[in-house]
Amino acid sequence: MKTIIVVGNGMVGYKFCEKLVSREAGKQFKLLVFGEEPRAAYDRVHLSEFFENQDAKALELAPMAWYTQNNIELIVNERVTDIHRSKKSITTASDKEFFYDHLVLATGSAPFVPPINGIEKEGVFVYRTIEDLEAMLSYAEKIKQTNKQGKAAILGGGLLGLEAGKAVMDMGLEPHVVEYAPKLMPRQLDSRSSNVLKLTLESTGMHIHLGKATNKILGNGSITGLDFGEDDTLNVEMLVISAGIRPRDELGKTCNLKMGVRGGIVVDDKMQTSDPNIYAIGEVALYNQMIYGLVAPGYEMAEVAVNQILQKEVLMQKNIDMSTKLKLIGVDVASFGTPYMPADKGLSIIYENKTKGVYKRINVSHDGKTLLGGIMVGDAEDYSILHQMYLNHIPLPENAEELIVGARGDGGSPFGSAMDLPDEAVICSCEGVTKGAVCCSVLEDGNETVKAVAKATKATSGCGGCKPMVADLVKESLKTLGKTVKERICEHFDFSRQELFDIVKLRDINDYYELLDEVGTGHGCEVCKPAVAAIFASIHNETANRQETIQDTNDRFLANIQRNGTYSVVPRVAGGEITPKQLIAIGNIAQKYDLYTKITGGQRIDMFGAKLHELPLIWEELIKEGFETGQAYGKSLRTVKSCVGSTWCRYGMDESVSFAVAIENRYKGIRSPHKFKGGVSGCIRECAEARGKDFGFIAVEGGWNVYVGGNGGASPKHAELLAEKVDKATAIKYVDRFIMYYIKTAKPLQRTAPWLEKLEGGITYLQNVVINDSLGIADELDQEMQALVDSYKCEWKEAVETPEIRERYTHFVNSDETDGNIEFVALREQKMPREWA
Amino acid sequence: MISSLKTYKTVTPDQVKVWFNAAPVSKFPKNGGACIKYKDKQIAVFNFTREGRWYACQNLCPHKMEMVLSRGMIGEENMEPKVACPLHKNTFSLENGKHLNGGLEAIATYPVKVEGDIVYVGFSE
Ligand code: SRM
Ligand SMILES: Cc1cc2nc3c(=O)[nH]c(=O)nc-3n(C[C@H](O)[C@H](O)[C@H](O)COP(=O)(O)OP(=O)(O)OC[C@H]3O[C@@H](n4cnc5c(N)ncnc54)[C@H](O)[C@@H]3O)c2cc1C
Ligand code: SF4
Ligand code: FES
Repeated sequence: MKTIIVVGNGMVGYKFCEKLVSREAGKQFKLLVFGEEPRAAYDRVHLSEFFENQDAKALELAPMAWYTQNNIELIVNERVTDIHRSKKSITTASDKEFFYDHLVLATGSAPFVPPINGIEKEGVFVYRTIEDLEAMLSYAEKIKQTNKQGKAAILGGGLLGLEAGKAVMDMGLEPHVVEYAPKLMPRQLDSRSSNVLKLTLESTGMHIHLGKATNKILGNGSITGLDFGEDDTLNVEMLVISAGIRPRDELGKTCNLKMGVRGGIVVDDKMQTSDPNIYAIGEVALYNQMIYGLVAPGYEMAEVAVNQILQKEVLMQKNIDMSTKLKLIGVDVASFGTPYMPADKGLSIIYENKTKGVYKRINVSHDGKTLLGGIMVGDAEDYSILHQMYLNHIPLPENAEELIVGARGDGGSPFGSAMDLPDEAVICSCEGVTKGAVCCSVLEDGNETVKAVAKATKATSGCGGCKPMVADLVKESLKTLGKTVKERICEHFDFSRQELFDIVKLRDINDYYELLDEVGTGHGCEVCKPAVAAIFASIHNETANRQETIQDTNDRFLANIQRNGTYSVVPRVAGGEITPKQLIAIGNIAQKYDLYTKITGGQRIDMFGAKLHELPLIWEELIKEGFETGQAYGKSLRTVKSCVGSTWCRYGMDESVSFAVAIENRYKGIRSPHKFKGGVSGCIRECAEARGKDFGFIAVEGGWNVYVGGNGGASPKHAELLAEKVDKATAIKYVDRFIMYYIKTAKPLQRTAPWLEKLEGGITYLQNVVINDSLGIADELDQEMQALVDSYKCEWKEAVETPEIRERYTHFVNSDETDGNIEFVALREQKMPREWA
Repeated sequence: MISSLKTYKTVTPDQVKVWFNAAPVSKFPKNGGACIKYKDKQIAVFNFTREGRWYACQNLCPHKMEMVLSRGMIGEENMEPKVACPLHKNTFSLENGKHLNGGLEAIATYPVKVEGDIVYVGFSE
């Protein structure tokens, strides 16, 4: 059996293994892989996501078990130190020798660290591996302990530098991006787009310093600042270097392979180095005198090397596409083809809107027929399709400017459909999946969802940038089969949420398993159970107590589960109005059960750290004091935030607190596709942030303005104006209808903001439904809402008063002991769960 | 904490030495789970009423090492019974413990039998 040794288990090295073992002929080789990092290959492209959950497993490209299953011997934590070409062997840092028939170098690259005076100081980091990120995180924690306003600089304002800037910001430090060139992302952007991007980034709190050469790193032992010369300095406690990459070509040098003048192991279009038994792929390979710092070309190199070893004549293409769409930084940025060029090479059409932070440029050939490249900042929605037009030389429409400013009149999209692309068009460049392959997967292999197509073809599994286009292709292909894309909530119900809602209502079903028997298949799962539970709740207004095992965790025990398996307790404090007596009662109860207390962002009090068996005891006492459940755990009304309003405030136009209390009591207990929140402000100064809520009222001269579809959270959005200057009763009527209509038609876990965005016709359509009764359902909506309001009951009261429900609150069913695994540590004057292991 | 994972090893029916009398059937919610204690172990026991089957596994979720799996929602994926952890919705097969939506270590599973009104869980020690 012949042996292939792969040096480097990074993204490209892994892809080589995956491609080799997927081929029948590939299974005849013994595959031995060395990786210097302490873990199996992971998704470096999404490295920054590590900051979100610090879960290295989530980035893994394949679990260790995958290597074993495929007979790949992976040795991690072991660097290869030498190649002996004459004996065809390698040696490792622990001095072991292994023999190969084919050697594949996939050693990637390392960050380039410029030789600046003081660069060795503590607090200077590079950004390439999980270990780099862990080191940065713990250093940032250290900084924040002494200085809450800690600052960090990023050296380099390229693609990666901006991503690092965002990461530093997420760590709670003030980011300063320092770039030597006079513009950001010098290779991808022209100066005007760089200006637009700079303004937008600055508005998010990122500081940007252009045209600065760093002379020296200041500090005694650890970094305290950067010196740009001429008394120009910047004080920072941390520095992240992102000044380009250098290939890890040391193995090539030691065994005298042909090298590039500025590094990199030279390869030909077979990915062969100057020694035909040695291949180099990924960021270590110098092809066409270039190092390509992107995964897509690396993956293609892996494909070529696999084919060459299996003696198939597949060659690397000549022109490598370097188009990119930036991810993660919160601003759309993309560039493709030749992003900018002098006028003799082509003509440009530029659209710029500084107020919106949008810049788009496309470069067109002199005859106006082909797209040569372009730049998009602030709005890159059409990137994929423009990129495809460029790659596939699709002829341009007569008025090429429509590609960036949109078509005038109602002539439809200037792009035509994704279906017009040629079959060879590469849709997913990470995995090299063509339009033909995607469509064939639908038309011939019977895959009917994006998920199924992704599984079968691997499209979308890289950077994910092609997802919208794959979704379009799936949808259009299904149409040609006469099918429509069915939104099914999961494998157990072949229906959308709206369809299920109607079925439950029409057939008057109120038992999950009855529904499953009648219209579902199988036994259900964690997706359909809570979705159906919410539908029952919205139609019959039943509490979560009756069918507790189909509820989401929080609903099942009527409390929010916390990181250590304890729960939090949040009583309702309508409108944020609370009496001193109630405050004292909460204080006493919290003290008695040793709970951590905090004022929430929703103007009420959260008590954390209650053990499962304590919940009914705590609620019993709260209920005695006149409190009700706050349903902080439910997909239901949370809070209606209020400002103090005209009762006290000198600017108040009306009594916002009274209105908020009334409205919170009106909607409390109502369950919906997702949680919903309200706000009431006494004047347009908007201290209650009503426009950041699912529904909001603002008192104005002559009545109340009604807003709907706002969102804080992950994608903040201001609510839209539904009606102006209406009286309270009218305001309530409109919001009743709005909520009821949302409850009936939204998808599971869809907040009102994305729901409204997807609603065809948008706010105008909604106005027609709720104000002008265009669908003739207003009466029905009114009655349904009133029925919900009238049937409210506090589910915690029900729980503590019903012995069978109370019995659920025990950690063990065969012992009175409590969970010995729960541990708390001190936090200021209170406590918190111990850290996760 | 990691060491507590070692407390839990899958027991196959042929390895059972002790059939532990866990609790009467009525103590377990229909189509849901509850936790029992056996020596120093916390075991999640699931009553798949609809299918007429029972499963048991460690209560410890290997993701963040919390004793929570018994409070997770149960369900089925391609006819394989599973439990979703209440904390971050990692799902595990109850047939073989395999992590279904990621690459975490498999959890330990235990045989269950019901005789008369009593639920028994099988242990090897
Ligand atoms: C306690 C609280 C933080 C605080 O200490 O202030 C909080 C805590 C949680 N929030 Fe929140 N959110 C809290 C106010 C908010 C706010 C501010 C507000 O309501 O004015 C927002 C932004 C406004 C909005 O919703 O539009 C907010 C946006 C979110 C989101 C993002 C929702 C989105 O649409 O993007 C989630 C995630 C989700 O629901 O899927 C979330 C989820 C959560 C969860 C439930 C996460 C979880 O599943 O465990 C946290 C529960 C902790 C617990 O056990 O209590 N929380 N959360 C606040 C409780 C308010 C209350 O009294 O009920
Ligand atoms: C934060 C970040 C964001 C990025 N974003 C994008 C993006 O959006 N789009 C994109 O296309 N690309 C992006 N990239 C670049 C992309 O990650 C790389 O192109 C890709 O990882 C290259 O793969 P590789 O296998 O050649 O190198 P690597 O992934 O670096 O793997 C090389 C491996 O070899 C190991 N190794 C080196 N020498 C030896 C030795 N002697 N013995 C044993 N092992 C050795 C290394 O430790 C490493 O694990 C990003 C990179 C980073 C760091
Ligand atoms: S309370 Fe809300 S914002 Fe804070 S960590 Fe939890 S989910 Fe995130
Ligand atoms: S602790 Fe179980 S999924 Fe995170």
